[in-house]
Amino acid sequence: MAAGPYATKYLAEHGATVIKVESLKNPDINRAYVPMAGGISGINRCGIFNWCNNDKYCMSLDLTHPRAPEVARKLVDWADIVVENFRPQVMERRGLGYEDLRKIKNDIIMVRVSSLGQEGPHALLRGLGPFLVGLAGFTPTLGWPDRPPIGPTTVPYTDHLGSLYATIAILGAIDYRRRTGEGQCIDLSQVEAGVTTLASAILDYEANDRDLKLVGNHHQWACPHGVFRCQGDDRWCAIAVFSDEEWQYLCRAMGSPDWSTDSKWATVESRKANEDELETLIEKWTIQQSSQEVMNILQRSGVRSGIVQSAEELVGDPQLEHRHHFRSVEHPEVGKHLVEAPAFVLSETPAELKMPAPCMGEHTEYVCTEILGMSDEEFVELVVSGVLE
Amino acid sequence: MTHLLSPYRVLDLTNEYGLFCGKVLADLGADVIKIEMPGGDPSRNFGTFYEDIPDPEKNLEWFAFNTNKKSITLNIETPEGQAILKKLVKSADFLIESFHPGHMEDLGLGYTVLSELNPRIIVTSITPFGQSGPYRDYRVSDIVTLALSGFMIQCGDPDRAPLRYSVEQAHIMASLHATAGSLIAFHHAQATGEGQHVDVSMYEAAIWFQYSLVPFWDVASVHLRREGPRASRGNASFRLIWPCRDGYINWRLVAGPMGKTMYALVDWMGEEGMAGDLRSVNWTMDMNDVTQEQAYAWEEGFGAFFLSHTKAELLDGAVKREIMLTPASTVEDLLNNPQFEARDFWVDVEHPELGTSLKYPGTPFKSTQNFPDEKYRSPLIGEHNVAIYIEELGIPENELASLKQSGVI
Repeated sequence: MAAGPYATKYLAEHGATVIKVESLKNPDINRAYVPMAGGISGINRCGIFNWCNNDKYCMSLDLTHPRAPEVARKLVDWADIVVENFRPQVMERRGLGYEDLRKIKNDIIMVRVSSLGQEGPHALLRGLGPFLVGLAGFTPTLGWPDRPPIGPTTVPYTDHLGSLYATIAILGAIDYRRRTGEGQCIDLSQVEAGVTTLASAILDYEANDRDLKLVGNHHQWACPHGVFRCQGDDRWCAIAVFSDEEWQYLCRAMGSPDWSTDSKWATVESRKANEDELETLIEKWTIQQSSQEVMNILQRSGVRSGIVQSAEELVGDPQLEHRHHFRSVEHPEVGKHLVEAPAFVLSETPAELKMPAPCMGEHTEYVCTEILGMSDEEFVELVVSGVLE
Repeated sequence: MTHLLSPYRVLDLTNEYGLFCGKVLADLGADVIKIEMPGGDPSRNFGTFYEDIPDPEKNLEWFAFNTNKKSITLNIETPEGQAILKKLVKSADFLIESFHPGHMEDLGLGYTVLSELNPRIIVTSITPFGQSGPYRDYRVSDIVTLALSGFMIQCGDPDRAPLRYSVEQAHIMASLHATAGSLIAFHHAQATGEGQHVDVSMYEAAIWFQYSLVPFWDVASVHLRREGPRASRGNASFRLIWPCRDGYINWRLVAGPMGKTMYALVDWMGEEGMAGDLRSVNWTMDMNDVTQEQAYAWEEGFGAFFLSHTKAELLDGAVKREIMLTPASTVEDLLNNPQFEARDFWVDVEHPELGTSLKYPGTPFKSTQNFPDEKYRSPLIGEHNVAIYIEELGIPENELASLKQSGVI
């Protein structure tokens, strides 16, 4: 899934030893999802799994096996932090609830990322990633006023928000432990993480009795504000004009057409009063050139603008190339593929993306013998018992 | 109060791109000082206002993104202002800023200068594209960043323009990344005494949220496209947002291992005489074997059932019967959500100047350390000038008055 793996990705890329614990019986469900590299199915071939688990180790451990607790105990004893995103109560059923972990290691930091928190009347509610985005209140922010809302349908935004908050909480908890010697259990709700981003809309409801309503791409204080069709098949460029000065920039960029001098376009208020007409007029200009040309002309003129980019364009983007945002790793089964560097660059200890995402159980032996310090005999004995499957 | 970050001080020089970063740090206990231009931060003038009265002390975005911070006014474009900032830098743990790249250097306040004053300090810069590169000077807004990021190409009706969230999100994406990056740098500083500069790109932060978009293209040459309320899975597309009697819900037809939740829904429909042919479908079939015709036909039955129920009824059924279904919340729904209530998510924040209190979203996690989730309303302009300038820095009152007169404070 997304929320758990993303919570540790940045830590792995900045030097933490992150061990992903899975089992063949119960692998990360992303391993079974599309896209499969080259269209060939396989437990190590999921593009999304390999996208969010680079620079981690993978150990296979069957948590339902009777000998799982003794191996889990060794892992917890070694670890600083345990991150999990099972449904609530699953860890307890495996004997790995926070109280169990504390008995193994008193100052352990446990971070639990779930849809709605570990307890409460809806804690066990089930839903796909995008559902939680709707539950968090985003549905009325996406759609046209004359149609039903449309999404989001592919981007599990709350998973990602939850995992960033989890990363932040982990780092805070480590410092807290350094200061006080105390660990803690953090119980994080992805849906609540989503709600925090809507704070201003919530205050607007409380203070002004306004609930969110669908507005397409319009903006209360900006006009024009939207995406405009450009030359080619389904090509678009976003344009946002917040001030009358920016409006003048836009007019100049379009070659100061005769219509643009009409007084009805002079102020934001007057432009908003005739917004549909204005959009048609601007689109007559944008449609004549490629989205890249529109963006280039507008940016040169100081107008806020940007192409509606596809994945292919992102991968070829010169700014991202400059920042080494996408990097290539060599995966033993899939071959070369892209991974994504952090959105921040640290001047002294920048992220290092060295390893592709692990194959299922790829590092079981390494983890047991090198990290946990088991003897070869101990390891072989565990392999034979079947607990490491 | 003790919290995750209570011993640490943050100097917050951000504009609307980075206010949320300081807020998250402040909500986790850090002592965050928002440094405003004399007269108030420009971001106080844009947005919605309490009771729609345009007033820099009543700006709702300001309220939302500056809780638990202190405020001082300081003009860092003057030599006196720079000298005061440098004094504050000496004892700060973090400085966050979101000026145009190069602006801090132009003021003689670049990272090199600040790190000489305080080698441990973490300086975090939040800008649209990062400190360097061909797009460095490009101008953006929320919709522009979301367009470039790959969000919009996945979002909208196929016969109309791509769409974005109408509540601005790019600054949140950037700010959360800035917080995480700053704390990673801080962890290193705690271990080694070495500070560093954290260069955050709002553009890249937004791309990070797009999840499967690039992998689909990279490993399978598939372009994700906007499909309205639907999304493709296997050989068909499926609807995710459904009208019900009083709003919308999220539900999608699933098959395969998750298919057992379908039986629970069909059973419920059967109890109300609305299951029809859906009773005979094998929901454990491979999702990839569902054809588009089957999807449409089956969806029709489910859609009719949803239309005959309210959000609350459907939620109740989903909880009791373990059906994968959630209501799509309005703001009103959020404020009345019993799950949030049970977790004490909402925090009442007193606004004495308005003679009222408002509910704010709390921190989205709870700790067994039981940290208090208290919030103080966002500061008034220069509310803490006396506390910081006189009580802490020991600037004499008459000097403060003359700094005020000359527009430094």
